[in-house]
Amino acid sequence: MSVLDIRDLQTHFFTDDGVVKAVDGVSFSLDAGEVLGLVGESGSGKSVTGFSILRLVDPPGRVVGGEILFHGQDLAQLSNREMRSLRGNRIAMIFQDPMMTLNPVLRIETQMVEAVRAHERISHAAARDRAITTLAKVGIPSPAERLAAYPHQFSGGMRQRVAIAIALLNGPELIVADEPTTALDVTIQSQILAEVQELARETGTALIWITHDLAVVAGLADRISVMYAGRIVESGPTEQVLAAPQHPYTAGLLGSIPGHGRRGERLTQIPGMAPSMSRLPAGCAFAPRCDLASEMCRSTAPMVTETGAGQGYRCHHPNAAQKVAT
Amino acid sequence: MTPMLELEGVSRRFEKTFDAVEKLAFRLGADLRETCVNAVDTASFAVGRGEVVGLVGESGCGKSTLGRMVAGLLPVSEGTIRFEGVDVTDARNPQAREKRLRIQMIFQDPMSSLNPRMKVQSIIGEAAIYHGLTSRADMPAYVAGMMAKVGLDPSYAQRYPHQFSGGQRQRIGIARALAVQPDFLICDESIAALDVSIQAQVINLFQDLRRDLDLTYLFISHDLGVIEHIADRVVVMYLGRIVEIAPTDALFRGPRHPYTQALLDQVPRLGAGRQAFRTVKGEIPSPLNPPPGCHFNPRCPMAGPRCRAAVPRTITVDGHSTACHLHDGGTA
Repeated sequence: MSVLDIRDLQTHFFTDDGVVKAVDGVSFSLDAGEVLGLVGESGSGKSVTGFSILRLVDPPGRVVGGEILFHGQDLAQLSNREMRSLRGNRIAMIFQDPMMTLNPVLRIETQMVEAVRAHERISHAAARDRAITTLAKVGIPSPAERLAAYPHQFSGGMRQRVAIAIALLNGPELIVADEPTTALDVTIQSQILAEVQELARETGTALIWITHDLAVVAGLADRISVMYAGRIVESGPTEQVLAAPQHPYTAGLLGSIPGHGRRGERLTQIPGMAPSMSRLPAGCAFAPRCDLASEMCRSTAPMVTETGAGQGYRCHHPNAAQKVAT
Repeated sequence: MTPMLELEGVSRRFEKTFDAVEKLAFRLGADLRETCVNAVDTASFAVGRGEVVGLVGESGCGKSTLGRMVAGLLPVSEGTIRFEGVDVTDARNPQAREKRLRIQMIFQDPMSSLNPRMKVQSIIGEAAIYHGLTSRADMPAYVAGMMAKVGLDPSYAQRYPHQFSGGQRQRIGIARALAVQPDFLICDESIAALDVSIQAQVINLFQDLRRDLDLTYLFISHDLGVIEHIADRVVVMYLGRIVEIAPTDALFRGPRHPYTQALLDQVPRLGAGRQAFRTVKGEIPSPLNPPPGCHFNPRCPMAGPRCRAAVPRTITVDGHSTACHLHDGGTA
């Protein structure tokens, strides 16, 4: 059975300007040890999807539909107390800004020991030992001494490692990582990616890696789901999505990445910008920016066309890579 | 031919001197030292007319400080900056000021570099009027021309910055820089804050402007993909020092400095398939207390005793300069 199975998730925000459908019918599933790259630009709903899984969406936002099955159990049915015992224990989250996870006025030791003992009846010393082992695992030098430090005494990269260590403390079965390396330098990013890769392989933790950077997930993820305006517009095995994108948005994103041996050439640019989420166009949300858009695209939103297990796209004119290129 | 921009041994130090309490504590025998950061340490390179030079490095390496010194926004502690052969190091020199007008800067975050209370028309037109490039009466037409050039609808001239999207705001910043008719643009992480699809639009705009207006760029970025795409030559900095300068193709095909090699190794790439991410050990040392000798020696897999003892010289072979002992006499 899958670790996580999301079916038709809908998270809406009820604002004065109207209902914003931040997540509008997202479905995917994840097996143990699998890494899913959830890719999209700002405002595509990728982070809200992550928050919805952990039931961390604040008003005016609300999960209004769909199921989030964790080992077959619908998380929406759990009481707040049951949900709290899952969070940080069997499901963990890593945020973009480690200072969102870390309390600036508490020593790392206090925070880590607390996170262990909140879920398990073990002695302070045993919890401390586990904290040291976990810190060592994420590459913090002399972890025993570093436990006494406060978050501000760490550099940005180290802080993110501590945040990752806290997420790992209780050996979660699922980690939702929301742009954890976006604010970091390349050399630090690759250290963290290397560690995460190893962890997923060793411990069988399932991982959702939320990012706007296709190049990062290209090397990390087993599968990719591309989000646009609250919907997954394409998903499939990483190699396949990158080599033969079906959706014109995926193809456009790939074309707009600079470098990669096409120096000085014009980048394929996706015209216009992402639509306002409170005033989405009728039909396919990408149609106003799409070269292939037809009358049908402007009137009817495309349904998911499945091309395999966990593989599919939402487009009336698929096989975009070839059509855009010609 | 004299290069358009020439930097010779340019350094920038930031010093923190004692305040009254610290002075007293020091007299009483406290273990205090005045701290000094060499943000940029004897940087020398040149930019030819029409060239795009990319400046890369990780955060804290001094690339933005260097850009700001070239733009005249930060005084230079030591060394000379020449623009078309004229010494522009001292911004108070009237001749230097005239030259400096032709160097403009485009910043990372368009929101914090655009005055939120000014309309786009005044943001773009203000400097042009001041410098006599247009008159108050002709300004609206002048601004409309600038806006069209950067792909903004001129009918938006009466709007405020917050009414625009991130990509459009960056275009306003570019139009403002172009309004004083510069021929040298410094782009300091100008596209880092934008979404991928918008980034591509702005990169294309930079390329179009370069062709149409005959511009020269110093393009500062931490993103090697962007630099590879846009630059003709690349300058790599590490902890305040330039470690390598090379034509883009040569640098990406055969980086010589171990730091550049490590950096290129770690860029996540499309099409590389599943990647085993490799790592450089350790982190960037604090610039307050840099390691002796070559700054990269504590993290360098090939470091030897010489690297810890002496600062490496810059060796240039076939237009490819490297500051590494391995390329200067062979042994580390």
